[in-house]
Amino acid sequence: MFNIFSPSKIFSITSRATKYVFAIFILIISVGLIEALFLSPKDYIQSDSVRIMYVHVPAAWISLGIFSLIALLSISILIFKNKTFSLIAKSLAPSGFIFSIIALVTGSIWGKPTWGTWWAWDARITSMLILGLFYLMYIVAWRVISPNNANKVTSIIAIIGVVNIPVIKFSVDWWSTLHQPSSINILSKSTIHHSMLVPLIIMTAAFALFSLLIFLMKYNTELIKIKNKGLDRL
Amino acid sequence: MYGKKVKLRIFFFSIIFLAILLTTFLILKSLEENVVYFISPSDVKVLPELSKKKIRIGGMVKKDSIETNAKEILFIITDYKSEIKVSFSGSIPNLFAEEKGVVAEGFLKDRNYFTAKKILAKHDENYMPPEVKKALESKK
Repeated sequence: MFNIFSPSKIFSITSRATKYVFAIFILIISVGLIEALFLSPKDYIQSDSVRIMYVHVPAAWISLGIFSLIALLSISILIFKNKTFSLIAKSLAPSGFIFSIIALVTGSIWGKPTWGTWWAWDARITSMLILGLFYLMYIVAWRVISPNNANKVTSIIAIIGVVNIPVIKFSVDWWSTLHQPSSINILSKSTIHHSMLVPLIIMTAAFALFSLLIFLMKYNTELIKIKNKGLDRL
Repeated sequence: MYGKKVKLRIFFFSIIFLAILLTTFLILKSLEENVVYFISPSDVKVLPELSKKKIRIGGMVKKDSIETNAKEILFIITDYKSEIKVSFSGSIPNLFAEEKGVVAEGFLKDRNYFTAKKILAKHDENYMPPEVKKALESKK
């Protein structure tokens, strides 16, 4: 039922797509950085440290998004035993992990001048750290567990970890946290000025493209590994 | 449309997933006291007993309540229902200001007086350029 996902067909596309994705990524990130660092205004209270947000928030969004995607793929891996999906999920993990680390580090750098502390064990920050640890577990499991069981074990890790995603999202609404609640709301009015929303959206697009790029590179490597083993199919 | 085995797996994994969800919910529920980062002045008033342990109290810095002297800084944390007086000596974060969010970490002397050891400024969800802020204020 998933014939369109056959590795050889995919490889012919993904191996060529990398350079185009790279070119678009460079374009978008240049525009995004110029917007974020120079054209967008200072904040009325945080002044220039608001610019950290243009890296912090997209990084957090992307890391949450990628983990949800991995979990979704993992469910179908366990139910349909689809092995192409496990390759896709495996290749998605590194960029998600990098972005969860970036979100934590930039948050810490922002927290010191704003809150007066590098770290707080509040619900948002702790649950984000747990996401980082789940990414780490997921990636390590692919490396250390024997290839026969790795796709099962990693899928289970992803499915357990995905429970944490809504906890991260709603932690600021459910409990009192040091972290501020969400400024961008779909159902109610957003509390971020549009001049700051524009660079945020461009940077999110740039980071998404970066994830796609890392994913394609990783995925191609995985496909080449399989080819080198002399297997026609997975 | 799916085979019997696939259907069985769907059923099995949905049960497992619901179990994980329920477990997480119960764990978080039972840890609620520890998950909250700070309590409000109103919570302090209804605390069953005053513990000697370090706690955090959060709320807004009341308008015109900040007093500084050589030794310490005094201010009032309010949640617009009840309030608590806070004394603190040490350096305060830049964003600490009247009518802004604050989290104080320290010890309760009684239900109305708190000795802070650390002050954190809480940023709210509003992001806007200075000109917009000015325009908003002049409208008031």
